[in-house]
Order: sequence, then C-alpha cells, then structure tokens
Amino acid sequence: MILLTRKADFSSAHFYWNDAWTEAENFRVFGKCANRQGHGHNYTLEVTVAGTVDPTSGFVVDLKQLKDILEREVVSVYDHRHLNYEVPEFAAAIPTTENIAIAIWRRLEGKIPNARLHRVRVYEMPDLFADYYGEGA
Amino acid sequence: MRPIAHLNRRYHFSASHRLHVDSISPDRNREMFGKCNNPFGHGHNYVAQVTFAGPVDATTGMVTNLSDLDAFAQRELLDVFDHANLNTFECFRDIVPSTENLCVELWRIFEPYPHANLKRIRVEETGNNSFDYFGEGAPLSHEE
Repeated sequence: MILLTRKADFSSAHFYWNDAWTEAENFRVFGKCANRQGHGHNYTLEVTVAGTVDPTSGFVVDLKQLKDILEREVVSVYDHRHLNYEVPEFAAAIPTTENIAIAIWRRLEGKIPNARLHRVRVYEMPDLFADYYGEGA
Repeated sequence: MRPIAHLNRRYHFSASHRLHVDSISPDRNREMFGKCNNPFGHGHNYVAQVTFAGPVDATTGMVTNLSDLDAFAQRELLDVFDHANLNTFECFRDIVPSTENLCVELWRIFEPYPHANLKRIRVEETGNNSFDYFGEGAPLSHEE
C-alpha cells in the first residue's frame, strides 16, 4: 500500500458568520473573520490517496488524471470565488478550514479510480491547516 | 454524528539550550553531544506544531476557536519559552533539553487544553530535523 499526495492551490474570499447570532455575538466569537466585506487567502490543498502500485504503469493513480479531478471537482469551483456566496456547500456551513476540508472530501470521495481517499489537508496559511480522514475516521 | 477534523497550528519561539549531563565526564559529554555540548549554549528558532482532533461544532464550523487556542499557547508556551534558556527550566533540571524531551514537555503543556483532544506534538528544531510525540503509550502514527 502506498500513500500518494497531490497538491493544488486556490485563492478564495470568505467570512465567518452565523445567521442565528447577533452581530455582537458573531464578532465576539469570530473576531475580524466576521467582517462582512470578506477577506481572502491563498489556500493549499493536499489530497492523499491510498492504493497499490499497478505492476504495468508503476503508478498508484495516474497523476495527470488526479490533477484533472482536483481541477474539475475543487479548483474550478473554489478558485477566485467567494466561498460564502458562490460555493453551494457554504450556504449552510461556515467556510472554516475544517469545513472546507470536509467539503472537499465529499466532493472527491468515490471519484478517484483505483485508489481510496485517505486524507484531505487544507492549508489556510502555512501555520494553520486542517485534516479530514472521512466520516467516522 | 458530527464529522471529526484535525486542526493543526504552528507556533514559533526562539530559545537557547545546552545538551549536557552532570553525572558523566566532560569528555563523555563532548563525545555524546558534540557541538551541542558547547558550555555557553546555543539556540534555535523552534516550531511547535500542535494537532487537535474533535467534532466540528455545527454553529461555528470549528474544532476549537483559534483565538482560544492561540491565547492558551501564548500564555502556556510562548510567554514562557520564547527568548528563554531551556536549561534554566525546572522541567529540564534533571533531563537534557533535547527536542525529544521538549516534545514530551509540550505534550504535558497542551494536553489540558479543554476544548479539543491533543493528538500530536511536533517540534521542529531546525528546518532539517523534527520530532513527533503522540502521548504516553500511543501507537506511532506516520501520516506525513
């Protein structure tokens, strides 16, 4: 079994806000992240898949194919977008780094041929990142 | 069931230390610790990477509020360790302040954090060496 990791980058805007709370409560919990004008980050996505090495190709998965899947399922949807307003899963969930990792897992699960999704890691900044290993993991 | 995510945060501090054991001879200390045994000490820009796991709160979207974790780290770690000499600390009175021992000490510091479960302490001493600790008796995990 080999773990293979592919990176991709996207740049997006977001803000943190819970509609059930008052403005004061939102700012108390989320601080400057609650600014309704939004702010942005250069995110780095690391997708790790687990699989066995194909004896013919020597690959776990075709990297070009994996790159295309990440582009189609994630980057083309998230890059240069406002996550709160333009990405459907964040209409009902706050686009924290944790929730972005979970949302990307759900976008990718079952879509990568010949390998099992092992981990989704999302860097909001080099010093802050979240990992998700799937439901129940 | 709410999904479990792992949150990773990196904290930077600069500290000095010297690797030396009083109970063995100066020659043996030099042999064992090399340049790290320099009597005047030396220093590093350390990075402490902490990993916490927990259910993602449905109202905040978070494992733990970063401002709580940052305040905890500032008070318990950075205010104590940054620009300090590790050899002067009570916890390193009887053991060398190696990065391995530093990992164990940081586990002791972060483990009581009340809002999420500590899963790993990683300390990078330089860009080329780092050490992981998963807690007493925990199986090794090689996720990187």
